[in-house]
Amino acid sequence: MEVLFNVWGEIVKFFQSIWDNFYQTIIYDNRYLYILEGLFNTLIIALFAVIIGIVIGVLIALIRNNYDRNNKFKLLNKISTLYVNIIRGTPQILQLMIIYYIIFKSVDINIVIVGIIAFGINSGAYVSEIIRAGIESIDNGQIEAGYSLGLNYSKVMRYIILPQAIKNILPALGNEFITLLKDTSVGAYIGIVELTKASDIIASRTYDYFFPLIIVAIIYLILTIGLSKLISMMERKLSNDYC
Amino acid sequence: MITVKNLRKKYGSKVVLKGINLNVEKGECVVIIGPSGCGKSTLLRCINGIEKVTSGKVIFEDKDINNPKVDINKIREKMGMVFQQFNLFPHLTVKENIVLAPIKLKLMSKEDANKKALELLELIDLKDKVDMYPSQLSGGQKQRIAIARSLIMNPDVMLFDEPTSALDPEMVDEVSNLMKDLAKQGMTMIVVTHEMSFVKECATRVIFMENGNIIEEGTVKEIFENPKSDRLKEFLSKVK
Repeated sequence: MEVLFNVWGEIVKFFQSIWDNFYQTIIYDNRYLYILEGLFNTLIIALFAVIIGIVIGVLIALIRNNYDRNNKFKLLNKISTLYVNIIRGTPQILQLMIIYYIIFKSVDINIVIVGIIAFGINSGAYVSEIIRAGIESIDNGQIEAGYSLGLNYSKVMRYIILPQAIKNILPALGNEFITLLKDTSVGAYIGIVELTKASDIIASRTYDYFFPLIIVAIIYLILTIGLSKLISMMERKLSNDYC
Repeated sequence: MITVKNLRKKYGSKVVLKGINLNVEKGECVVIIGPSGCGKSTLLRCINGIEKVTSGKVIFEDKDINNPKVDINKIREKMGMVFQQFNLFPHLTVKENIVLAPIKLKLMSKEDANKKALELLELIDLKDKVDMYPSQLSGGQKQRIAIARSLIMNPDVMLFDEPTSALDPEMVDEVSNLMKDLAKQGMTMIVVTHEMSFVKECATRVIFMENGNIIEEGTVKEIFENPKSDRLKEFLSKVK
């Protein structure tokens, strides 16, 4: 009886200590607010960077495809190629630091906006390559059929090629967006309080890394799994339409 | 209506067309025959500017289509083209395929285009497929819809690039018959085909090409009953 009682006591103690630990690291002193702030910033940066990335990506892909096909936009094509090469050829963390410490050195600007710009510019290069591959995956006959009806290049792209290309590249795009969402953690390096930085701030107060890191990891997982579900839903919707 | 003057086309060092001269008048149905690889399709593609010519001219309704000042898209509105591989837009329904160009080019209102599309579908006997996607159709149905898609533009001339070559044998007739109807209604047509029943029934002129040159040219009777060159005789003995 006494042994049982001791075991029970140990179990209670164990959970008590976990709760204490959780309370100390997350709830005490409203520390969870860091996580909320981090979550908010991560989402804001990822969302707007994706939008910037898509805009830049489509633009660059069209410039480069137009050059390949019609020999137009020679200079713009050169600039686009250079941009893609620079972005893909240097570490993202370095790009972030260059943008923050050099380009925006003497400008008073919200650091989250710096993050949005840096991640958007970075994503644009990768998205452009994905979209370019998507455009090239469409049978040439589609373009010719569009031309033969009197549609010009931009109308052919907009109404015939891009809608089909997007369907083909949706998995690759989804992959890119998930990577982007996770890569916002690099922002911690220049002091953006996003999820990873938030957990680091809490841990540095309590010297206890367990809950801050695990909770943030779970949040990332929920976000990325949700995102991939969303993308596979879109894939299914598009493939129901035809084929 | 269409004049081709000394048209040459090279791919790299390979000469595909070696100085083609051709004149097509309104209401003619000109059929180009010849062995594969002789440049028939390339000629057709040069006529509507999908391929750039190396030298020579293509004049359509008094406009040089390779003149940079000429709006090639305006010319193509009046020059329908039907492809061997149909090239329907797989992400659009049958109706959307047909009305896309007239609506996006602002040639028709949405209502007019839809109405016209239904009329055309009625004409080709595919009204029940209006909301289907191309993947749900047979090859013959796809090709008839591709023809309707060109017809809605009210073209002055229709170019057919081996329209029945990719079809199963039992579907050749439905497409061939539609083309015959068009020819009989006086549509100006340039047709590259191996479908001899169409040639014999509809061609106002037959052109035999080989190796980038026009070898012989004449009426159906002249070409089929009295071929002059040995090469044409040999070709005809094989396709009969």
